Amino acid sequence: MQLNDMLKHTSEWLKGTGPSSDIVISSRVRLARNLDKIPFPHWANKKQSKQILETITGAATSINYLKNTTIFKLADLDNIDKQFLVERHLMSYEHAQKTDSKAVIVDDDEIISIMVNEEDHLRIQVIQSGFNLFESWNIINKIDDCLANEIPLAYSSEWGYLTACPTNTGTGMRGSVMLHLPALVMTNQINNVLAAISKLSFTTRGLYGEGTQATGNLFQISNQVSLGHTEEELIENINSLIRQIIEQENQARQALLANNNAVLEDKVKRSFGILKSAHIITSQETTELLSLVRLGIDLGMIKDIDRRSVNELFIITQPAHLQKLENKKLTAQERDVKRAELIRNKLNQ
Amino acid sequence: MLCDSCGKNPATVHLTEIIEDKMNELHLCEECARNKSAAMEQQFGLADLLGGLAEFEKPAEDKEVSAIKCPNCGLSYKDFKKIGRLGCGECYAAFKKYLGPLLKRIHGLCLHHGKSPSKIANIPEKTTSEMDDLRIRLQKAIEAEEFEEAAKIRDEIRQLQQKDSQNNKEGQDAA
Repeated sequence: MQLNDMLKHTSEWLKGTGPSSDIVISSRVRLARNLDKIPFPHWANKKQSKQILETITGAATSINYLKNTTIFKLADLDNIDKQFLVERHLMSYEHAQKTDSKAVIVDDDEIISIMVNEEDHLRIQVIQSGFNLFESWNIINKIDDCLANEIPLAYSSEWGYLTACPTNTGTGMRGSVMLHLPALVMTNQINNVLAAISKLSFTTRGLYGEGTQATGNLFQISNQVSLGHTEEELIENINSLIRQIIEQENQARQALLANNNAVLEDKVKRSFGILKSAHIITSQETTELLSLVRLGIDLGMIKDIDRRSVNELFIITQPAHLQKLENKKLTAQERDVKRAELIRNKLNQ
Repeated sequence: MLCDSCGKNPATVHLTEIIEDKMNELHLCEECARNKSAAMEQQFGLADLLGGLAEFEKPAEDKEVSAIKCPNCGLSYKDFKKIGRLGCGECYAAFKKYLGPLLKRIHGLCLHHGKSPSKIANIPEKTTSEMDDLRIRLQKAIEAEEFEEAAKIRDEIRQLQQKDSQNNKEGQDAA
């Protein structure tokens, strides 16, 4: 698969299907793994880093589960390509920085991705649409077993999988769920919810992970603790928290409908109107308006487009996607014009 | 206005930075602003927090502790405190005494209960000493609230400690 082929596809996690997909955009599980006795990426020398990359890509290509994957060596990619992969949630922003001996292995459906030489030698990720953490865990567990058959991993019976940062030690697992919570934001309940989440040792992040702010009412919630529990227990903990948040968001939506139906419908339809007619629009305004349109679809106020198209627009209106679609470098101002054009074309079809 | 940093792209982000009472205004383009904010985050990132947590342990022993080095990769405990990252899997054994409490502070628990690799290569048959085994079993018993079992293991540990200290004494006497 070429990078440009991805432009023609929708990533599986954006399809807007799966359980609770009105509120849950996607579920993601990632595992941190390292080769036994080999220095972690930040501490390895050039020769070792190269060797790590060769060992892992060699092992990956021999595994059945990873048959339909492509290896992208980051040194071969330009900045737009790298940002493109970040925008599609196939690798982290940090991974795109220093690119020596780094790679990302991606499967054709963009469900599986493996970062090589990020903070750990291996960061395996499975991402799917809807509220589906256990299914993602089952897939990643099998990939992990196959990889462990090929390469010796840093592991201790006392502390589990040994990772560069002690916050990942143990299972090396992070489960995260991306939620769309516009009603909790509109009813000013979101801060209480987020405060409760952090007290229960979970973390909330924005659309693009660590250090990003929540825009478009999108929140990623993940476990903070990785040691001392089984993977299934950790996932069940996240699941029970997410179920409660879904319940609260649903209640807030019902309350909005009951008390302020006209106000809400006005907001939703105006957002839709702006998106359908704007000629210049920033990325931030796009995300905010799309969020309201998505809510309108969930509540049956907007019927002429589906959830999947809105999900897609969240991603393809990002800077690198716009530049890949245009096949050239664009300034911020040029992007705002192209973004508006792209949205108009999609929504006025 | 052009970006102060690259001088190429138009400045769209305007930053006010205060360093030691001196105010500094910066006008940056989107890209440079992103890099700058990543750098600022890194200045006080996870490494500092972890370093701080690790330090919390026993400041008095600092010098001695800082000098401990991992025999496999050469990273010192001081390096770890500075960068907040370990150097390799073997560091965990090298800094075991100090990492145990740190892991407990981060995760609340400090014994792995999750899966294990289907094939553990290069690990000798016996990876832990008798004492380590007992300590692990004790921790597991406490976490499972099996206190009778825990008391038994605690006694075994005491016996083993006595035996060890006797052996040491005999060894010293013989020398």
